[in-house]
Amino acid sequence: MNPLIKTLAAVAACTALATAALVLGLCTLSAPAFANPVEDRSIRPFKIQVPQTALDDLRGRIAATRWPDRETVGDQSQGIQLAKIRPLVEYWGRAYDWRTAEAKLNSLPQFMTTIDGVDIYFIHVRSKHPHALPLIMTHGWPGSVLELLKTVGPLTDPTADGGSPEDAFDLVLPSLPGFGFSGKPTETGWNTERIARAWAELMKRLGYTKYVAQGGDWGSPVSNAMGRLAPAGLLGIHVNLPAVVPPEIAAVLATGGPVPAGLTGKERTAFDALSMAAKMGNRSYATMMGTRPQTIGYAINDSPAGLAAWMLGHPGFSGWTYDDSDPEKSPDEVLDDITLYWLTNTATSSGRIYWEYGGGRSPVFADPEKTNEVKLPVAITVFPGEGYRAPETWARRAYPNLIYFHEVDKGGHFAAWEQPELFSAELRAAFRSLRQRN
Amino acid sequence: MDTTRTSETIDQDRRRLLGTAAVGIAAAGAASLLPSQKAAASTNDGIRPFTVSFPQEELTELRRRIVATRWPERELVSDEASRRIWSTPATVGPTQGVQLATMQKLMHYWGTEYDWSKCEARLKALPNFVTEIDGLDIHFIHVKSKHQGALPIIITHGWPGSVIELLKIIDPFTNPTAHGGAEADAFDVVIPSMPGYGFSGKPTETGWDSARIARAWIVLMKRLGYDRYVAQGGDWGALITEQMALIAPPELAAIHTNMPGTIPPEIVKALASGGPPPADLGPDEKRAYEQVAFFYKNGLGYANEMALRPQTLYGIVDSPAGLAAWILDHDADSYALIARSFDGEPEGLTRDDILDNITFYWLTHTAISSARLYWEHTQTAKAGFFDAKGITIPVGATANPSEIYTAPKSWTERAFPKLLHYGRTDKGCHFAAWEQPKTFTDEVRATFKTIQT
Repeated sequence: MNPLIKTLAAVAACTALATAALVLGLCTLSAPAFANPVEDRSIRPFKIQVPQTALDDLRGRIAATRWPDRETVGDQSQGIQLAKIRPLVEYWGRAYDWRTAEAKLNSLPQFMTTIDGVDIYFIHVRSKHPHALPLIMTHGWPGSVLELLKTVGPLTDPTADGGSPEDAFDLVLPSLPGFGFSGKPTETGWNTERIARAWAELMKRLGYTKYVAQGGDWGSPVSNAMGRLAPAGLLGIHVNLPAVVPPEIAAVLATGGPVPAGLTGKERTAFDALSMAAKMGNRSYATMMGTRPQTIGYAINDSPAGLAAWMLGHPGFSGWTYDDSDPEKSPDEVLDDITLYWLTNTATSSGRIYWEYGGGRSPVFADPEKTNEVKLPVAITVFPGEGYRAPETWARRAYPNLIYFHEVDKGGHFAAWEQPELFSAELRAAFRSLRQRN
Repeated sequence: MDTTRTSETIDQDRRRLLGTAAVGIAAAGAASLLPSQKAAASTNDGIRPFTVSFPQEELTELRRRIVATRWPERELVSDEASRRIWSTPATVGPTQGVQLATMQKLMHYWGTEYDWSKCEARLKALPNFVTEIDGLDIHFIHVKSKHQGALPIIITHGWPGSVIELLKIIDPFTNPTAHGGAEADAFDVVIPSMPGYGFSGKPTETGWDSARIARAWIVLMKRLGYDRYVAQGGDWGALITEQMALIAPPELAAIHTNMPGTIPPEIVKALASGGPPPADLGPDEKRAYEQVAFFYKNGLGYANEMALRPQTLYGIVDSPAGLAAWILDHDADSYALIARSFDGEPEGLTRDDILDNITFYWLTHTAISSARLYWEHTQTAKAGFFDAKGITIPVGATANPSEIYTAPKSWTERAFPKLLHYGRTDKGCHFAAWEQPKTFTDEVRATFKTIQT
């Protein structure tokens, strides 16, 4: 346990519930899934209170950043450009205020519970509407619960912006193991299946007997895995990074072969996007963390600039300016997320999800994601700025029980972050039929 | 999860990085010799003495950062096998990356007992020069033998090496009679720093690929007045030396490589498909195939990142621990060797050897500028690192057992029609001149004995 998490845990321990829980929790660090009868199943309230020394240390490191010379090209083809990252990092060290993000998180009900030996942090916002549908939503890398916060209002309180009470959700936003304030696994095996089982346990612990699941980025394969697992109570899933690429297309992409014949216009567009991403090396970060998360981990755990560049190297950020021209993509938006990774010391532990998945593979391929085993209802929204636009033809082939498919005209990889209203409207529409049915 | 599927991404990246088609490289190399000569002629071609010196405050600041390292938690795997050396067919490597225990020992030593001044003094004691070639300052060490008729040799380091990996062989090469050799074994030694490395300038424009560096080396040897010389290299040095051989200037009599590109075209194709070794391979060929396949599948993360997004690695410029880990994770066998030296079981490389090199990268601020060579390679490479490239001038090759792959004699004979020497050593990994200077010296002598007149 690193000192910061210890401090945070101590804060949590101040609550009466938590003291005994922590003691018990320590006994179950390596417990197999749910087999250990002594695993503490309590749900402990949690508040974030980052020590000032950690923030001072961060500022000190930022001020001491040793910069490389600028790239030798005029574009992003060698990675994050010096002229783009440097002003952001300098703002981070000078004027950025973590306490605002901390207050935002602390204004929400936060909890900790130990599942399968790992502490799971989650935000849990119940709707005031009595028949709200419980929804567990999963973030990805390099995201966090922060990328989902703007949807809390629209999803839990739909009447505030003209929605109907029938659209309300009770919202559960966990941090993936190794991410944010969740614990860090100390053993291998925390793959998407195991996370899916943990999420099912979490929803059970919260007393939900009927619920839905949603995810983008890593949240998508986690939600797929929940769909395959079909735990009692799960009614269906919604994903915004669906795994629809058919095996014959995957094979062509793997060998760099020619464009397959007979593609529809939309299939061709999707193929070209995937093919171009591979050619441009857009997934080098995934290959690195998929094979050697520990090696890159030393640099990005020790260098704030290194961490910021590594996270912003994700292609989902390539169109972000992190200036004030777009309030949804302001410097503070990305710095809240980067600072969360820094303060929780999770640069290395978060990268391991790629290693667990294997070698930096992309989770968009139908066969390895075993989408044909997802018998529960599946809903998909295609956001135009995503790495590829899933064609409906492929989606219908991949997911046998596709109940909703919609292409929208705005938003990218971080859909909930970039277009929270539209994203929330999509979830309302996607899950409407499941409410009626149940 | 279906673990039998290989990564689509890795396959794509592997092809980009290593190339598959060994066509056109010789023609391209030869045709493009002219522009560089033109460029060199229009610039300052003087040779200036270079004094090695680092400000003390840089060293103080480095130590401050080492002590302030913010560590990640330990990797989740035991990786006991990653410390095995000289194993067959291949060492498995650290499966999640450089191990925390090794890193903490390294950083502790670096921040306390390690003394850079000894290395600095060694560098200072050598004749260092700088000359501008093709618009860039090139640093080189130039040590002439006292023996008449010494054969000039240009020796090129690689990544994550530097001129430091070649220091141990300077005296055996230039002063052979003090190291079990004869006067006839004497070399005049030229050891340049590649562009973006060590004391050489950092390119501010694209285009400095291995072929351009090869052209610069030809200019350098000409400028030094050598009208007959040989060239040697390992790692990137091997690629550059092979590029020189493809250009084949009349002055270049022969080359020696300790990472020879020998893989025949049909094997390149089989490797690209990711399948098992073809049935008709002999035992050495099968082992080589498995070594290369293993490296492509498991060992390319670092090369892939530098080939595709070198600039994103801001962390290795800002963090000594980040830089050290990045440099340690080169290939499975040399990692094992290095890790063992910090466990108190050094074999070939000492802790000081390793930290001299890492400190040199740190002090010269070259973590990212050096990485760009991989990016450049990806832009223009027609052939993979280990592929046979159609060299027709005389070649000597050494196959070390724990190199990324051990070039079989059969492939080596096919790749180099004028093979002067094929040596198979008992031990040695990737950094041959650094780890096994005596064997390395014997191999180079054996190669060039045949042409030394």
